[in-house]
Amino acid sequence: MLDPRVIQRVRSNPAAVISGCFLGIMALACVAGPWFLSPSLGDPGLLQYAPPSLAHPFGTDLNGRDVLYRVLTGGRISLLVGICGAIVSLFIGTTWGLVAGYAGGRVDALMMRVVDVLYSVPRLIFILIAINAFNAGLQGWAASLGWEWLVGSSRIAILVVALGVIEWLTMARIVRGQVLSMKERQFVTAARALGQSHSRILYRHLLPNLAGIILIYLTLTIPAVIIDESFLSFLGLGIQAPQASWGSLLADGAGAINPIRSFWWLLVFPAGAMASTLLALNFLGDALRDGIDTRAG
Amino acid sequence: MALIKRLASMIGVLFCVVTITFLLIRMSPGGPFDGERKIPAEIERQLLAKYKLDGSLWQQYSGYLGDLVRGDLRLSTKYRNRSVNEILAQTLPVTLVLGGVAFLIAVIAGVWLGTVAAMRRRTWRDHAAMFAALAAISLPSYITGPLFILVFALTLGWFPAGGWGGVSHLILPALTLAAPAAAVIARLMRGSMVETLEMDFIRTARAKGVGETAVVYRHALRIAILPVVSYLGPLAAHLLTGSIVVETVFHIPGAGGFFVHSILNRDGFLLGGMVIVYCLLLVCFNLLVDMAYGLLDRRIKTHA
Repeated sequence: MLDPRVIQRVRSNPAAVISGCFLGIMALACVAGPWFLSPSLGDPGLLQYAPPSLAHPFGTDLNGRDVLYRVLTGGRISLLVGICGAIVSLFIGTTWGLVAGYAGGRVDALMMRVVDVLYSVPRLIFILIAINAFNAGLQGWAASLGWEWLVGSSRIAILVVALGVIEWLTMARIVRGQVLSMKERQFVTAARALGQSHSRILYRHLLPNLAGIILIYLTLTIPAVIIDESFLSFLGLGIQAPQASWGSLLADGAGAINPIRSFWWLLVFPAGAMASTLLALNFLGDALRDGIDTRAG
Repeated sequence: MALIKRLASMIGVLFCVVTITFLLIRMSPGGPFDGERKIPAEIERQLLAKYKLDGSLWQQYSGYLGDLVRGDLRLSTKYRNRSVNEILAQTLPVTLVLGGVAFLIAVIAGVWLGTVAAMRRRTWRDHAAMFAALAAISLPSYITGPLFILVFALTLGWFPAGGWGGVSHLILPALTLAAPAAAVIARLMRGSMVETLEMDFIRTARAKGVGETAVVYRHALRIAILPVVSYLGPLAAHLLTGSIVVETVFHIPGAGGFFVHSILNRDGFLLGGMVIVYCLLLVCFNLLVDMAYGLLDRRIKTHA
């Protein structure tokens, strides 16, 4: 899928290697960490606004919940939404770009015009409205089917789909550009001369050659989706309490600093976890991209 | 001719925006007058009539379109008796000042940083600038904003922690809003400047004995800035969206706060009016950017 030379180049980049290791540790900590901590840490307790200590390394919040536990479980949701949303965007963007690039001509011009217009419209704002519009409907539908798990996490499901729907534009542009140059190559002409159908050429010949670059832009889409999700959660319109994501934890933290007494640990620890994860993802994605495209390096 | 075509497509985009916004708001559960106390049926009917919420979906939609064409964004259902036009007239200037200052900071800082990085390619300055840019992209405004308040306002006391008034109130929020955008521009600028500096006409200029600063700022910048110009449209959209968070963090009485509250209060006309005005601003801005791009790059005309 990826050229071995690309992997070689990325491995010789120390920032990328550190980022990759850090992401592995962070993902493991978020997924497995809460299992090793007592689940009662996430429940309201008596110890309100306790500063960091041995018992509570990241301190406790307004309701006496352990901030470390909240950061890890919040990370689960942020990472889950980021990865799933990026995969949704991958499907839309790849399909859109493949079709536009392969069809060419007027279809291409029209499809890319749509991308241009969407780029310059405040897309997140529409998502804000859409989440509210569809959430109750999805909950009712899930309840009528008896899917308990979906009733509880309907907002997460909507967030995943909605954020995937707005973050596919860059992917579509990249894929289209690649297809445009690739479809003139001889292996495509050969496939066409053999009488293969368009869909077969797209999926058996073009798509495998695009896998590398799609994977790379997937790494760069994940942080974008995480940022979008936490934007919504920060405003109180994404993940709803008592569930938490990094965005809603940051909102709590931002509310807890004031001139009289600043509960800085509520802000600094979620901010650190989220910022370092985003930075590592961007570093890794950049290194991968530079590995493929050495022109601008 | 091209301008007429662009205007037609602008109107098409705005029409889609209005329709989608209207439908999404209509689909949202709960009415604007659902409260803790049940309103008698008769009063509710009169309220609905006053706010033009009666009649079929189609009647409401066509009525709303008609009002929009006349420039009437209707009444807010939450802030009784205040029209959406009035609310926007009070709050939008604040948002536009904040966004405009952030826009200038982002463009100037981004272009300058990217150019310096490209001129000093593969030196510590380049690496430092690009690391800073990546960090700024990875730090969304709801992280940097509260941290700025914690450090510069509460600990050091250099700036006020929030509110709106003089220039000192503007600095922290504008920087918060501008930082990620400046970073994106710096990266774009560096890439295109590196490519431009390898072009033939630059070699010619250097061979003529033009100084390096003049080569970069007088000759190369004109070409290298084109990708940045085409990013200005998305940038404006990004800043308008971002200002919602920044205004919340810094307690600025701009349009952003009303945005969030209008969703929570199910204040359909306020929300719709804001979305439509935002999109109108952006679409017009994009037209200006496209025209500027055409002026900057004469090659576009020969292609089209």
